[in-house]
Amino acid sequence: MNVDLSRRGFLKLAGAGVAATSVGAMGFGEAEAAEIAHVRAFKLWTTTEARNTCPYCSVACGVILYSKGDVKAGGAEILHVEGDADHPTNRGTLCPKGAALKDFIHAPTRLTEPRYRKAGADRFEPITWDAALDKIARALKDDRDANLITTNAEGVTVNRWTSTGFLAASATTNETAWATTKVVKALGVAGFDNQARV
Amino acid sequence: MTNSWTDIKNTDLVIVMGGNAAEAHPCGFKWVTEAKARRGARLIVVDPRFTRTASVADYYAPIRPGSDIAWLMGMIRWMIENDKVQWDYVRNYTNASLLVNEGFGWSDGLFTGYEPEKRNYDMSTWEYQIGDDGFALTDPTLRDPRCVWNLLKAHVDPYTPEMVERICGTPKDRFLRIAEMIGECSAPDKVMTSMYALGWTQHSKGAQNIRGMAMLQLILGNIGMRGGGMNALRGHSNIQGLTDMGLMSNLLPGYLNMPTEKDTDFDTYLSKRQYKPLRPDQTSYWQNYPKFMVSYLKAMWGDHATKENGWCFDYLPKLDVANYDILRMFDMMYKGEVNLYFCQGFNPLLAFPNRAKLTTALSKLKLLVTMDPLETETSRFWENHGDFNDVDPAAIETEVIQLPTTCFAEEEGSLTNSGRWLQWHWPGGSPPGEAKHDTWIMAQIFLRVRELYRQEGGTVPEPILNLNWDYADPNEPTAEELAKEINGRALGQVTDLVDTSKVLAEPGKLLQNFTQLRDDGSTSSGCWIYSGCWNEQGNNMARRDTSDPDGTGAYLNWSWSWPVNRRILYNRASADLDGNPWDPERKLVWWNGEKWIGYDVPDIAVTAKPGTVMPFIMNPEGVSRLFSRGLMRDGPFPIHMEPFESPVANFLNPDLRGNPAARIFEDDAAQLATSADFPHVGTSYRLTEHFHYWTKHNPVNSVLQPEFFVEISEELAKEKGIGNADWVRVWSNRGSIKAKAYVTKRLKPLMCDGKALHVVGIPLHWGFTGAARKGFGPNSLTPFVGDANVETPESKAFLVNIEKTTPPTEGATS
Repeated sequence: MNVDLSRRGFLKLAGAGVAATSVGAMGFGEAEAAEIAHVRAFKLWTTTEARNTCPYCSVACGVILYSKGDVKAGGAEILHVEGDADHPTNRGTLCPKGAALKDFIHAPTRLTEPRYRKAGADRFEPITWDAALDKIARALKDDRDANLITTNAEGVTVNRWTSTGFLAASATTNETAWATTKVVKALGVAGFDNQARV
Repeated sequence: MTNSWTDIKNTDLVIVMGGNAAEAHPCGFKWVTEAKARRGARLIVVDPRFTRTASVADYYAPIRPGSDIAWLMGMIRWMIENDKVQWDYVRNYTNASLLVNEGFGWSDGLFTGYEPEKRNYDMSTWEYQIGDDGFALTDPTLRDPRCVWNLLKAHVDPYTPEMVERICGTPKDRFLRIAEMIGECSAPDKVMTSMYALGWTQHSKGAQNIRGMAMLQLILGNIGMRGGGMNALRGHSNIQGLTDMGLMSNLLPGYLNMPTEKDTDFDTYLSKRQYKPLRPDQTSYWQNYPKFMVSYLKAMWGDHATKENGWCFDYLPKLDVANYDILRMFDMMYKGEVNLYFCQGFNPLLAFPNRAKLTTALSKLKLLVTMDPLETETSRFWENHGDFNDVDPAAIETEVIQLPTTCFAEEEGSLTNSGRWLQWHWPGGSPPGEAKHDTWIMAQIFLRVRELYRQEGGTVPEPILNLNWDYADPNEPTAEELAKEINGRALGQVTDLVDTSKVLAEPGKLLQNFTQLRDDGSTSSGCWIYSGCWNEQGNNMARRDTSDPDGTGAYLNWSWSWPVNRRILYNRASADLDGNPWDPERKLVWWNGEKWIGYDVPDIAVTAKPGTVMPFIMNPEGVSRLFSRGLMRDGPFPIHMEPFESPVANFLNPDLRGNPAARIFEDDAAQLATSADFPHVGTSYRLTEHFHYWTKHNPVNSVLQPEFFVEISEELAKEKGIGNADWVRVWSNRGSIKAKAYVTKRLKPLMCDGKALHVVGIPLHWGFTGAARKGFGPNSLTPFVGDANVETPESKAFLVNIEKTTPPTEGATS
């Protein structure tokens, strides 16, 4: 959801009106034009706002992401992050981590391509998504076929797979969590935990 | 949290113990400041260090890491001895009056039924006396020596203020001053809140630490109250959600249990989950378990799940041990029993204990797959970084695939905060490079594995072939589709349970909430407690109405909270037996003569008459538990236990080591040290400038707090000849790290059992990737043992030594 009429947009309209009226009233008609001409446009006027929440601790402060470009079409770049003044918990405030969120989004060590490390290698090399995913699927299928414990000594169906494990995250969405748990539990993975275990 | 961040403003007294909210949860902590400024609330901090929270506290007391149970039992003892008890609450809303089995008892630090060879208790005596009518016996006069109250009194008797000082190092006068402050909150119109975090969980008896405070809060009548409660300050943005969604080896969504081998079929599984009420007229809401479970299985396997095949119950893995938790999986990996491992947004090489063991374990995998927006130490565990990661890549045969994912700013969906609010968010930016959403990655992995099974067949392919994957684009389910699936929908017509002519939901419609779930296959829901999050009214998680009638801090129309948008759990207990609020100034819910109304969604059937149905509707007793029966592995009361590595013997029984019911693997037990070689207590914590191992990737945060350090007292520094900013080596029996020493007044020696003990404080934010300087974490030192109930590692209390040293070597950079 983008904000229909942002506070900044509102201020822009209101503020411009007040300035024009007062300057005009004081008999500075030409000065008004000159004043408007030299004031640099506020940087965020042309950005799109998106409501989000801080990904760090569980206070879940509301934040507003300001970006240029179209998210759906790709190429939208976040220029600024600030606290959401409407949010009941943080009321616009952010801590030293939340205030620096833009650095997280654009961290120099953000990953941008799949990579592969061969056995014994001392570096990563690029790999295509297709090749990486096929390799993963093949490894899962082979290990599951070889090691799924289908029944126990008493003949009870147990369908338990312990030679493959999966650790889930702490900051993915509930919807990602649902997609993840569907797949992992359906595969029969027993060693499946998330960061709450820490 | 039983309550919410915004509710903290309603409190009279805050106790921060087992956490450091001002540092780790700064914007939530502002509600403590609000309570202090507007209500005159006071703040107590109990911590081994004089923390940032302590610096703004009204009263501070030190405590030795790992001794919290003795402190809390001492506090309960003082409340009972000084009659600081909310008697109406205790008599009516707790199990104080219920009678306990004659065989139950304790001696020498152990409860009845201990089996040392199994490190386990036979819990058969940890139960109520059950009458001929099938209900627990009670003595409302609390005179019977076997009633819970009298057993509790006897149990806490050894924890005198003098004993607390001896065990915990908390000076007696400080302990007593705090006891007086807390005791004031036993008045029905005075409320204390407990704010805690990993300072309580990361112990081999972490769950019992928390129980200790929960019992104190019940005795004071502070559970269910505005400004009260037990408030776990979760550490990550959606760690609450991932737990609720059951991404755990022993859980399914909504705190349903994974089946074990003893659950031979679905009926057997359900037969152990009857939750028959233990007192007359009680709700015992878990009696609805079959509805939640069948709806979950329908969400998983759709039309394939039928009554005849037990709703595909056999598709789920059945456990042969209590838990395939992370510690167990890494131990199996260490023994060469694991081939493939996935880390989705998780950096275990820095998060889990005994890093040397973790590195060896990862080196035995065939394939490691990581999914993360950032570089992680785990994905580069094979890379040499001098002292910071001293490995030989050529000797490590593990293949690694590192997959780039999006981060919060590029994705849509909900996160569950500590107060159980599910808040929807929207993307602001596009993924960098080829980074992909986790949902796309999981779909790709699933679709490719399914295709292999379709083409080749294989071992038990049905759970995979039949998994419900009904999305507009199977390659990438949308957040909306997944959220609706979690909420649940009617598969057949859903009618009212009493008046079956009344249709509640037509087939295909989203369910209103979990009260519409059925056990006949006519409903599906991925996670019953989240049912209501996205129903026919729309996406309730996206609501942004900030109205808050009478300023209670509930914000019922902001986002959506589980269960059924309730903001304070157990809120029925905020009113007396007749349904009138304990505190007329802080009303929450009340009985208006016909039904329950108020500022929150009542935590009881709205027409349940006061005095019959008790407030703790999830419990078969209907009341809360001061005695927890056989529900916890290490005892129905919290009992003092030392950490596995402790500088002092257990005063109850010097032969006991750690938690006698905690699992510890043989190799790890052999690595436990004593204070003869490691005289100091190590503990770990966060700093406000950093978040875990993420923000060291951010230039700004890396400038704010660039370099790893350890904190020591002036006294220890003097004893060891260490100056401020000197390089020191800190080592345990498992590893060694180098750090700059920060000599501080925030740590003082603790006098415990006649000995002066020093604490070495170790923050946890550094590694060998990112923008900050390379450093170590406490996990190079910590022991590989977890809590007896939940296997959370004991990272808050362990033994170390320290000496002055030379700088570490950097090694190659990637």
